[in-house]
Amino acid sequence: MKISLALDSTSLTRRYPRLAVLVTLFMAFGVPLGLYAGALAVFPLNRPEVLNALAKEWLGWDLATSPYRNLVYAGFLLLVAFIAVNYTAVFGGVSTWVERRVAGRMQSRIGPNRTGAAGFLAWVADAVKMVLKEDTIPGSADNLLFRAAPYFSMVGLLLPFVVLPFGESTVVTDMNVGVFYVAAVTAFVVVGILVSGWASNSKWALFGGIRGAAQVLSYEIPAGIALMVPVLMAGTLSMQGIVRAQGGLPWEWFVFRNPAALVAFFIAVTSSLAEGNRTPFDLPEAESELVAGYHAEYSGFRLAIFLMVEWANMWIMAGLAVTLFLGGWQVPGVSPEMYLHARGAGLLPAPLWFVLQAASMLVFIIKTWALVFLFIWLRWTLPRVRVDQMMSLCWKYLVPGAFLCFIVTLLWQLLVPPLGCKITGILLTICASAFLVKFLRDTRRNIDRVTGDRVDLTNW
Amino acid sequence: MPIDMELDRHILRRTTTTEEEIVVNFGPQHPSTHGVINFVTQTNGEIIRRSVPEIGYLHRGLEKIGEMVPYPGYMPFTDRIDYLAAMFANEGYAVAIERLLGVEPPPRAKYIRAIAGELCRISNHFISVGTMAQDIGAATPLTHALRERESINDLLEELCGARLTFNFHRIGGVAFDLPEGWGTKVLRFLDHLDSYIQEWDRLITFNKIFVKRLANVGIINRALAIDYGLAGPNLRGSGVRWDIRRDMPYGAYPDFDFNVPVGTGRVGTVGDCWDRFFVRVQEIVESSKIVRQALAKLPEGDIQAKVARKLKPEVGEAVGRVESARGEMLYYVVSDGSEKAYRLRVRTGSFMAMGIIEELSHGIMVADLIAIIASLDVVAPEVDR
Repeated sequence: MKISLALDSTSLTRRYPRLAVLVTLFMAFGVPLGLYAGALAVFPLNRPEVLNALAKEWLGWDLATSPYRNLVYAGFLLLVAFIAVNYTAVFGGVSTWVERRVAGRMQSRIGPNRTGAAGFLAWVADAVKMVLKEDTIPGSADNLLFRAAPYFSMVGLLLPFVVLPFGESTVVTDMNVGVFYVAAVTAFVVVGILVSGWASNSKWALFGGIRGAAQVLSYEIPAGIALMVPVLMAGTLSMQGIVRAQGGLPWEWFVFRNPAALVAFFIAVTSSLAEGNRTPFDLPEAESELVAGYHAEYSGFRLAIFLMVEWANMWIMAGLAVTLFLGGWQVPGVSPEMYLHARGAGLLPAPLWFVLQAASMLVFIIKTWALVFLFIWLRWTLPRVRVDQMMSLCWKYLVPGAFLCFIVTLLWQLLVPPLGCKITGILLTICASAFLVKFLRDTRRNIDRVTGDRVDLTNW
Repeated sequence: MPIDMELDRHILRRTTTTEEEIVVNFGPQHPSTHGVINFVTQTNGEIIRRSVPEIGYLHRGLEKIGEMVPYPGYMPFTDRIDYLAAMFANEGYAVAIERLLGVEPPPRAKYIRAIAGELCRISNHFISVGTMAQDIGAATPLTHALRERESINDLLEELCGARLTFNFHRIGGVAFDLPEGWGTKVLRFLDHLDSYIQEWDRLITFNKIFVKRLANVGIINRALAIDYGLAGPNLRGSGVRWDIRRDMPYGAYPDFDFNVPVGTGRVGTVGDCWDRFFVRVQEIVESSKIVRQALAKLPEGDIQAKVARKLKPEVGEAVGRVESARGEMLYYVVSDGSEKAYRLRVRTGSFMAMGIIEELSHGIMVADLIAIIASLDVVAPEVDR
């Protein structure tokens, strides 16, 4: 009884009304900012030569020749991994809250608003609830595979963070095969879906697993080819190299540089929606058909992992599209030399460098969140496609379309001079802006057309 | 149609022999069965070979209850036959007993019945099209539909004190007159509704994915629909212009001018799932028209005919048929001269719709089965009674 009183958040917040606001502010800004700051501080140091120099300068320890150097490097990598894993968990949680609030707005209802200010702590409460739930394994399930399945999904979610650049220097490592690596490791998620579908020994889960396998493996192909378009334009597979080949302003982004890249962007985003099992491609868990699909038999922490993977995948999907097509972290008006210049010659960079790095992270985060919002809107607007329609969209339209974009980009790179790229960039940017204005005006007009149906802001 | 579904179900379970096929039970608890129904489905992967509905989970013996309580006392039970469109279940019973007694309700009562009924039809059709959109995977239309229905629930609550099980009709009239200023509120809601329906069409009806999912799926042609005895929007979706309100008028309906929308195959074939969906959307507009006309022409006078306190109809039988939201709702009552019915029988649209699912299920995909069930607008308690 005493324990339940101590844990009862409502009585606590009733006694100290400001506590809820403080906790919410800490969770909403403190934790993410801490993670971003941690990433900013730790990711650039994650190189043997930097660590060697630091150890020599500060500790007077010649790490480069020490027999324990690999242990130190590994320990440092664990720190990096800790930040990345926590970032995924926090993003997955926060995005569920954002999604539920946005969905509530779209659906003329309130959404979570009880736990913490504006219901922000709902995701923490959900996570705690999930962990406290009984972890059931069906008697007829394949015990080992059933337990292993969430880890496959988890690994598939976390591995892309190795090369996903958050900012100019805020990247774990800049692999020279970065794009290829991302395309390869994201497929791990489908292993988790397939294994969970099979191991659950349930017909719904089996349907979901088979659908998931068919869907994700099919859409890997158009996604892979569409991802080759920015690779061709940048001439490198490295994620940082691709971002550096773009600029900060919209007409310097790859997406507007040539029409084929614009199409490839849409193909890539559509395919990543399908790979992430988001509506309109949420077939593997299609609630109205398969109850819960591949995770129908899961509960507790294992289910929490599947759900976290599903939401946190949005960051990977959006971050990848931003990096490859939308200029990544490039800040308008800041050239690569300025970063170098700001860094100074010291062992640790100058404060101005950190400011520039933070600005580049901010640009990336804003762009990525904008795309995440788009995914959320799509999910709460569109119906689900059927299995055969999903397949025919992939093989009849996206795969040939992606190939066409690939070839057009090849020819474009060969035949069109840089000035042509600039003109196309500006033209397409103008078109996109005009489309955006039209979209907003249509939205306003459609809202006005319904009489007696004003959006009530008081609940928000 | 299988003569004995129970037997058929066992045959289905015994004949599953090929290695590729499995039997999946869609139900009794499943998000898309709209109540406690089981669809025993024999599938080869995503392709269904056959799906047989197994009904009876919600059988509460409502017809038998009708033979055990006095005539007026059965009215609250009729609400439970179809809880989403209880006005029609009330009205059908009232009409049957009035014919048995030879009583005619006063004109004002007839108009109030029409107003309440058409509002109830709008609310029911919103649930129907909303859950259909939900079953196709779009979550937002349902909540918008529920929002609109909520306004109707408020109006009907003001009218009769209940939001779902109205118990509003009485033999020979209705229970309550319209409250003060209620008509204005209804008109204000209808103004909103008429502009909202256009938004609904933009949101879901003509959504490209939605149309692709429903066009040419679950086609019931004219002859098939008549053979299986489909009723209401399911029948009209197949292009059969048959509406009890127009063709066998009762109550105040001869006074109103309204269209009977039918499926035209606008995006696919006549009688596909989309046609049945769109017929319901159009019927919402028509119901709105009827309510406006009824409010404009509402006569003054009593709301209840003179009826004896103890009802003892002469020996005989009567049929009351009304156009419910789910099609023709027919009450057949036999009187033996006592205060209770000797036999009471209810024929409902949902039950007739269950029969055709097996016919449609050969060779379709799992997602199509869900679309077909949703498009037939089945409500489990109305199937089983």
